[in-house]
Amino acid sequence: MSTYPLLSLAIWIPIFAGLVVLSTGGDRNAPLARMLSLAGAVAGFLITIPLWTGFDVANGGMQFVELGAWIPRFNINYHLGVDGISMLFVVLNAFVTIIVVAAGWEVVKVKVAQYNAAFLIMSGLMNGIFASLDGVLFYVFFEASLIPLYLIIGVWGGPNRVYAAFKFFLYTLFGSLLLLLSLMYLFINSGGSFSILEWHKMPIALGPQIWLFLAFLIAFAVKVPMWPVHTWLPDAHVEAPTGGSIVLAAIALKLGAYGFIRFSLPILPDASHELSAVVLGMSLIAVVYIGFVALVQEDMKKLVAYSSIAHMGFVTLGFFMFSPLAVEGALVQMVSHGFVAGAMFFCIGVMYDRVHSRQIADYGGVVNTMPKFAALFMLFSMANAGLPATSGFVGEFMVILAATKFNFWVAFAAATSLIVGAAYTLWMYKRVVFGDVTNHHVAELSDINKREFAILGVLALCTLGMGLYPQPFTEVMHASVNDLLRHVAISKIQ
Amino acid sequence: MEMQKLYLLVPLAPLVGAMIAGLFCRVIPRWVAHTATIAGVAIAFIASVIIFKDVLAGHTYNGAVYTWLTSGDYNFEVGFQIDTLTTTMMLVVTFVSLMVHIYTIGYMQEDPGYNRFFSYISLFTFSMLMLVMSNNFMQLFFGWEAVGLVSYLLIGFWYTRPTAIFANMKAFLVNRVGDFGFILGIGLVLAHFGSLDYQTVFEKAPELAATTINIWGAADWSLMSVTCICLFIGAMGKSAQVPLHVWLPDSMEGPTPISALIHAATMVTAGIFMVARMSPLFELSTTALSFIIVIGAITALFMGFLGIIQNDIKRVVAYSTLSQLGYMTVALGASAYSVAIFHLMTHAFFKALLFLGAGSVIIGMHHDQDIRNMGGLRKYMPITWITSLVGSLALIGTPFMSGFYSKDSIIEAVALSHIPGAGFAYFAVLAGVFVTAFYSFRMYFLVFHGEERFGKADDAHHHEHHGDHDDEETSHDHHHGLAPGQKPHETPWVVTLPLVLLAIPSVLIGFIAIGPMVFGDYFKGVIFIDHHAHPAMEHLSEHFHGAVAMGVHSLTSLPFILALSGVVVSWFFYMKRPDIPAAIQRRFSAIHTLLENKYYFDKFNEAVFAGGARLLGKVLWRGGDVAIIDGLIVNGSAKVVGWISSITRLFQTGYVYHYAFTMIIGVFVLMTLWINRA
Repeated sequence: MSTYPLLSLAIWIPIFAGLVVLSTGGDRNAPLARMLSLAGAVAGFLITIPLWTGFDVANGGMQFVELGAWIPRFNINYHLGVDGISMLFVVLNAFVTIIVVAAGWEVVKVKVAQYNAAFLIMSGLMNGIFASLDGVLFYVFFEASLIPLYLIIGVWGGPNRVYAAFKFFLYTLFGSLLLLLSLMYLFINSGGSFSILEWHKMPIALGPQIWLFLAFLIAFAVKVPMWPVHTWLPDAHVEAPTGGSIVLAAIALKLGAYGFIRFSLPILPDASHELSAVVLGMSLIAVVYIGFVALVQEDMKKLVAYSSIAHMGFVTLGFFMFSPLAVEGALVQMVSHGFVAGAMFFCIGVMYDRVHSRQIADYGGVVNTMPKFAALFMLFSMANAGLPATSGFVGEFMVILAATKFNFWVAFAAATSLIVGAAYTLWMYKRVVFGDVTNHHVAELSDINKREFAILGVLALCTLGMGLYPQPFTEVMHASVNDLLRHVAISKIQ
Repeated sequence: MEMQKLYLLVPLAPLVGAMIAGLFCRVIPRWVAHTATIAGVAIAFIASVIIFKDVLAGHTYNGAVYTWLTSGDYNFEVGFQIDTLTTTMMLVVTFVSLMVHIYTIGYMQEDPGYNRFFSYISLFTFSMLMLVMSNNFMQLFFGWEAVGLVSYLLIGFWYTRPTAIFANMKAFLVNRVGDFGFILGIGLVLAHFGSLDYQTVFEKAPELAATTINIWGAADWSLMSVTCICLFIGAMGKSAQVPLHVWLPDSMEGPTPISALIHAATMVTAGIFMVARMSPLFELSTTALSFIIVIGAITALFMGFLGIIQNDIKRVVAYSTLSQLGYMTVALGASAYSVAIFHLMTHAFFKALLFLGAGSVIIGMHHDQDIRNMGGLRKYMPITWITSLVGSLALIGTPFMSGFYSKDSIIEAVALSHIPGAGFAYFAVLAGVFVTAFYSFRMYFLVFHGEERFGKADDAHHHEHHGDHDDEETSHDHHHGLAPGQKPHETPWVVTLPLVLLAIPSVLIGFIAIGPMVFGDYFKGVIFIDHHAHPAMEHLSEHFHGAVAMGVHSLTSLPFILALSGVVVSWFFYMKRPDIPAAIQRRFSAIHTLLENKYYFDKFNEAVFAGGARLLGKVLWRGGDVAIIDGLIVNGSAKVVGWISSITRLFQTGYVYHYAFTMIIGVFVLMTLWINRA
């Protein structure tokens, strides 16, 4: 194991870089701010690579652990560590940060330093969420990460950005308060510990488990977002700038799902089993209901936002079937969704930058003027529709197969996404990309430039690579997922 | 060791070709694109021949290439199973693909998407080979969807044409309906067999033959029946069986070479191949076989009827493909898997020939596809004429030609089958013989014989589009035609050579192959039949006394008489007395309308499924998300908060004594509670 505090570096390098970028000040230093941001993002990504390469796949416990006292009086510690479940998200997050900085390169022209700084700081904070093993530390990162995202939507967003930012903030704040209460309860009843790993072991009676489970459910369901607390997401996406949408889809949505697997399942195994039907029901509604809603959207970003909700339905569905195939499928789906949804939002951003509209009706025949773009957009649309050999297939396939074993009708409902997911994605693609050129905006489009091509190309390689050979992603999960499921199978009621 | 490298070479060579032509399609000249892809497919074909010989020598193979994914106790691998069934498919796919590649040089000559087209068809060849060579369900599904993707790309190849981009989406979505069943079937296999490897699953199948599962209510369902029917739903999508057939006629929007390769010879037969591959499973469920034979029989007969009234040359062939796929499905249902594969093979040759012949006619007619504008083409296009005649004769089952041996075997097998539905199927396939002969020769006579109807000045739509030069390059197949006085011309050698090369097996392959393939040991150990439960094949082989005897015997049999009368009637109707079909059409206008509307499947789907889904989406969105969740709950709770704060505001009067009073009450209440608790 490495002697360097890799996780601390993964958290603090982007934050430090963000502060440096912020110090460049006004927009006359914009080129410098961009270069510094890119350097910070790349450094932040490079530091996470040893996490993957140096990861011991046989070890299901926490690795790269760092432990130091923070507020000794309340036994709050600066306690970091990753296992096979969280490690990939640190790497993914750092990777997406580069994409985001590159995505805003020429597009963001006002408050460049502040824009990039917000993303870098957020990236560090989110790494903190995935790496925290202390409840308070987790909560601080969890809440702090809201602020940059709130600012990104509120400052660089669209015309209705204040409403969207506010809705986003209120929704998630509501959940956060319940989360805080739950953490206090666990602190008191564990005899004064904020260690998440201690909480995993502490016995809790069924009654409190149920209450805590519901509190966690609300807190995390809002973030995922699960039906019926999902309506903030389409609004937030519509108003967010492209980079904001990418981070929102690729990373922020993963936080809620991560909360389920780090808190709800291991701390409250009995309640998780008791109430699994509720979560499965909500997940299936997300898959089916949201799929149909996505079908009739007229705004491309809303459509992809709804499709994100449907795809995240597979994640929560997988977690609560309690089998390795299902849980790993859910985790794979989380990573894949990072690539695919990120790419889809970037594609929409590419068109928006040129035409300044997200309405499907304002497009048609884009392939005639942007053939290279159309080809890459096709790849990501197919990945969004879950085509084999793309990453979008792997997680859905695993979850559907696991569901058939769990209950035929759960699988039946989940598998409808094969049809509905293809319908909304391809129908949008058809109306936007195929056909004759419909208006002068489309006629004047210029194909993607080198920067855009590089971003989409890298994402395409990730999508295809993960689809053709997902083994490297899943092999790091096995030990941790098996440990988790063994743990969840044991009752905590004494 | 050497052979394993060769196995890999078969799919990878076309893939490399596809990548060269695809990734660099905008920079490389045309000859590079077609040389690279043709070389790739030719290598695949040669390697397939070598592998075929090796397999005949007894060297089969089953092994993994790499581990795709492990999870829990499950292991998903990419791997190959090389046996006689695989090699048969490999030979058919690579040979037809090679012919189509060569043909494309001529057919797509003027198209700006030339390189892209070659890239797609090579990518298709790769996907199809991965599908047939797979040794597990996961990779089968990979190939299954990948060929669907390429089919989507190719149907929408002329992406500015509204009909094409509608057709390709429709094809993809209808196939996804099939895949929906398919993935549930695969899920059931994994759940109950614990593996997706063919070998493991097939070995375990007899143990689970009597297993029942509880799906709905208290009833016990046979695991095998549910699994097999789910898997077969996948085949219904891909192999276009009623009611999931609706995408195939529309797929004719794609360029003709791919209609031959994908929508006739290879991809659409993937479902047939799949069921034959799964014979150890399907044999355990007579229920599933009954379902299959009925679906197949409906497709065979009723899709044939639709062929009669089509006027687009490609659509006639398309409906004939649907009908022939129905025949193959019927064979599967009768447990005559080897016969289904045999018909798949003969059909691949003569149907590819017919499609490519139709494409040749289309080139000769300057992209007019309406057979009412043709006639007498035999004078102008002799090679196309002769080869199309060969293809048609093979299709209708002329004794000693390839289609005869396969189709007659199907009819005989169904006659000997006793599973529920076999009686109806026997009637359907017999009646289908007459129908097939009738529509095939209707087309043949209208195209190649009779009055020359082309180049007429009253060809209105031709004029309308003639000046439309923007359109000319991208929209190809329709909208053109011969100018007045212009004559059709024979096509260049790159087009006619594949016709000739396909005509040879269309004549000979049945005669050569029927002995070993259907009645010999060719599929021993590959296709499994429970002779006790489904004895049709066993009885059939008792009747077989060699290919020559079979041909001679047939001359006095019912199918031959039906086929012959189909030809004679169509000649009489369309060459001798063209007023008769017109009179029949008037007389039975209700039936004609029904056929014109293709039994209203499209209208029903558009109204009920597409319209219903859009309506449901609107209701859930406007009603659920906007009205209830946002309107009532989110904004509602904001209002409640506002209301509560408006009340609490009343308490914030600013008078100290109000606050003091409230405080006293609060302390009093708390103290009371505290004391009571103690």
